[in-house]
Amino acid sequence: MTTVMEKPRAGQLAAASEDFVTLTVANQLCGIPVLTVRDILGVQQVTRVPLSPPEVAGSLNLRGRIVTAIDLRRRLGLPAAAAGAKPMSVVVEAAGEFYSLLVDQVGEVLALDGEAREANPPTLDNRWRSVSLGVYRLQGQLMVVLDVDRVLDLSVEARG
Amino acid sequence: MDDLLKDFLTETSEALAEVDTALIKLEQAPDDAQTLALIFRLVHTIKGTCGFLGLSRLEKVAHASENVLGKFRDGSMGVSTFSISAVLRSIDRIKTIVQDLEQHGVEVPADDSDVIDVLNRIFNGEEIAEAAAPAPQPAVPANAAPASATAPEPVAEAETGAVPPAAAAQAEIVAREPARDQGGESMMAKQSIRVGVDVLEDLMTLVSELVLARNQPLQLSRTHENNPFAVPLQRLSHITSDLQDGVMKTRMQPIGNAWNKFPRVVRDIAHEIGKKIDLQMIGADTELDRQVLELIKDPLTHMVRNSVDHGIEKPEDRRAAGKPDTGRLVLNAFHEGGHIIIQISDDGRGLNTARIRQKIVGQGLASEAEVAGMAEAEIHQFIWRAGFSTAAAVTSVSGRGVGMDVVKTNIEKIGGTIDLRSVEGQGTTFTIKIPLTLAIVAALVVQAGAERFAIPQISVIELVRAGGGSDVAIERINETPVLRLRDRLLPLVDLRHLLGLPAEGEEASGAFIIVCKVGVQVFGLIVDRVFDTEEIVVKPVAPILRHITLFSGNTILGDGSVIMILDPNGIARAVGIGAGSGSERDAMGAEARETVTETDKTALLLFRAGGAEPKAVPLGLVARLEEYPIEAIENANGSLVMQYRGKLMPLIGVDGGGMGGGEGRTRQPVLVFNDAERSMGLLVDEILDVVEDKLKVELGTHRPGFLGTATVAGRATEVIDITYWLRLAYPDWFSRNDREAQAGQKRVLVIDDSSFFRQLLPPVLTTADYAVTVVESAAAALKLREAGQMFDAIVSDIEMPEMTGLEFAAEVRRDGAWVDLPLVALTSCVSEADIARGRAAGFTDYVAKFDRDAVLNALAQVLSAREMETL
Repeated sequence: MTTVMEKPRAGQLAAASEDFVTLTVANQLCGIPVLTVRDILGVQQVTRVPLSPPEVAGSLNLRGRIVTAIDLRRRLGLPAAAAGAKPMSVVVEAAGEFYSLLVDQVGEVLALDGEAREANPPTLDNRWRSVSLGVYRLQGQLMVVLDVDRVLDLSVEARG
Repeated sequence: MDDLLKDFLTETSEALAEVDTALIKLEQAPDDAQTLALIFRLVHTIKGTCGFLGLSRLEKVAHASENVLGKFRDGSMGVSTFSISAVLRSIDRIKTIVQDLEQHGVEVPADDSDVIDVLNRIFNGEEIAEAAAPAPQPAVPANAAPASATAPEPVAEAETGAVPPAAAAQAEIVAREPARDQGGESMMAKQSIRVGVDVLEDLMTLVSELVLARNQPLQLSRTHENNPFAVPLQRLSHITSDLQDGVMKTRMQPIGNAWNKFPRVVRDIAHEIGKKIDLQMIGADTELDRQVLELIKDPLTHMVRNSVDHGIEKPEDRRAAGKPDTGRLVLNAFHEGGHIIIQISDDGRGLNTARIRQKIVGQGLASEAEVAGMAEAEIHQFIWRAGFSTAAAVTSVSGRGVGMDVVKTNIEKIGGTIDLRSVEGQGTTFTIKIPLTLAIVAALVVQAGAERFAIPQISVIELVRAGGGSDVAIERINETPVLRLRDRLLPLVDLRHLLGLPAEGEEASGAFIIVCKVGVQVFGLIVDRVFDTEEIVVKPVAPILRHITLFSGNTILGDGSVIMILDPNGIARAVGIGAGSGSERDAMGAEARETVTETDKTALLLFRAGGAEPKAVPLGLVARLEEYPIEAIENANGSLVMQYRGKLMPLIGVDGGGMGGGEGRTRQPVLVFNDAERSMGLLVDEILDVVEDKLKVELGTHRPGFLGTATVAGRATEVIDITYWLRLAYPDWFSRNDREAQAGQKRVLVIDDSSFFRQLLPPVLTTADYAVTVVESAAAALKLREAGQMFDAIVSDIEMPEMTGLEFAAEVRRDGAWVDLPLVALTSCVSEADIARGRAAGFTDYVAKFDRDAVLNALAQVLSAREMETL
């Protein structure tokens, strides 16, 4: 278990800039507000939960706490990762419950100016638009800001 | 002091402290609907309980403040400092009265009109100048601060200032209070500490986590020999276990705490509806987890009320039924294998099977034919359905839509089971089985496909290994797997299929079957592997997985991995093994298996009709086996008939069998059934054999016309329900069944431990115009004797558990009202010696079981002989 970073959810948002944890799924750079992130873990043993929605990869043990793992690739309608891929877990908190988002890679923490965020392009895929809070133009690439609550709300249309 | 009162005082003190703080909060935020609702509820509860305990002074005060609070709540009056003060003052008065109660055990008479008047005037919307009541003002600040911490003590001082001089008697008592307080309260404090439940809950959670944390290194150290940590780990493990026990103990409470309100409840209801009831409570000191106790309080209360209201009859009805005027209601609690069993039994009228049957058909839950084929116990299961109340009238006590389904759901929610047994006219017994604690349960870890699952040990009866070298094998009826387990058929559920899991590698050579019991239903769960049992801490599943009803929770195993906990109730529901779903007989089979000594063998006619599988009918019911030329069968008015002994006999094809016959067949096999004037033919494809075998219907069925499946001559065989087919031919064949005993009709008591015969014999006898009463044991029959029931003749089985027919006959002949009744023995072994023994025991006649005519002849003979004697 590698704890790359752990930050409590507290404090007020800085007025001007916001911190994001960046991550990649299928080569797409995404960002999650750092204050919603509880933990970042390396490869975990995930217990599959039969009959669960397809986006649910299973459950894992986070230091004695049972956390439901969501496969972000499947949640976003992306192809499954290649066999042997080692997904990382971004543990987020929503409504008092912990969830783990399985992603390809976790990047860094970026402080971004709120003003630089742009609205979703209207042509963006529905599935993405339903979970995206907007897009940042970074050097060389674009970062999609994920709305964690909506990502975890599996009733929000995501299966296309 | 009365326990009831003591409880009330504890509860009320807690509630009062809460009201105080809440009122202050409300004053600050008058729009807080939640706080207002809380206050209203608390005051309302206090008022309700006082009325119940007959504390009229308290009730009046509480009632007045409840009125005002009600106005706040429905928004018809704004919250003002003045009105809040008035309410606070009434709360203070309540506290004073409560303190008196604590001291004296009774209400000290005094005048509360000062407080009540102000409240009433507020309630009536009268303008009251704030100045008109200057006294209350200091009470608010004086009270506000200490009220939240400790309820009773500070009141005395605050009250002294607050009480208007009008209440002189009151003031006197108040003045004396502080002195007395110091004695009484500190004594109480020394004996025990009141600890918040949340503190205990937290402790319990922590201990649960500790158990999990301990399991992990323990498991690791098992895999490493000569581990230097082994010894310290052992010690840690012991301490953890002791700590766990200790913490559990702090949460344990005697079940009597949940029962202590019942004597009063029962007395009051009984009084109200004019019944006499003797309530007995056995095992009140049986301890169980506080949380469990809380959760079963309501279901228990509901069931006790139900028994008093519906179960036990009024004295005059009881007298008419030959029972003592006073009904008995027994609560019994005891430990059994890590569980608590609670039984609630009454000697009342029992469930009215006929009415439930009507209701089932009326509500369209099953067809009349299906209902006709159901065993009594199976019909009784319907009372667990939502909205199923057979109470003819809604009384103030029960029948208000809170049904038994809620009871069942609540008990199942805490991992418990509930079962009922009812005999009409004799009473009902409910049996609740619940875990000692909800926090830690023993579970069996199994594997299906590549995944592991935990099954709570409470529902596991046994493990069976099938295939792979063992002599037990899974068989299939139309793709449905079943297991022949000790001569009974067990329905199986393939866990891997159920969960939609892929097979892991090649199909394993053998499988394990976890035999589970849910309520009275027994089924097998097919799994691939079985591991150890582990103590697990059940944690709820994440909200996004909560819709999967097959899991009751999840947990972390000793090796650190997460595992899902299967919910046998959910599985049973998912595969349709639920209440009233037809496998009730299965459970009855299980019941019989436990007690059976030597099951009687029955001659069975095996035949084939509409399918390759054999079907069976007891040979004794069949009048003749005939083969007729196909041409003899005629079609009249759309039904098949043939001439038989000079009359037209209707013909019915079993399951489509025999209709027109197969190609090239010229003769049609027919099973003929008849009674005095009427005959009916059943068309079958082929008569196979007559075998002597035990007949035990094991799997119920929904198919009309079939009782279910039994193992006959080593093969799964469907047993037909002859009553169904007879009704098809003559809808009124059994109509006499439903009639009450008429004048001149002979009453016959039938005793047989086999449910199957109990089901088949009555139709035969009622057809011959007897009024039949059926019981399943000699003991039950003797109870009827005690109850003063009278019959004209008794037909009894010989081989029965506990008390055999011979012993029963001896007992009847010894003494009592039945001493010279004709007794007919029914048995499968009819040798000279047997008959001699039967006669010696006191039987009048001895007949082979399932010789229909012999039974009827014997009855006719013994009855006419008796009539001759009495003439």
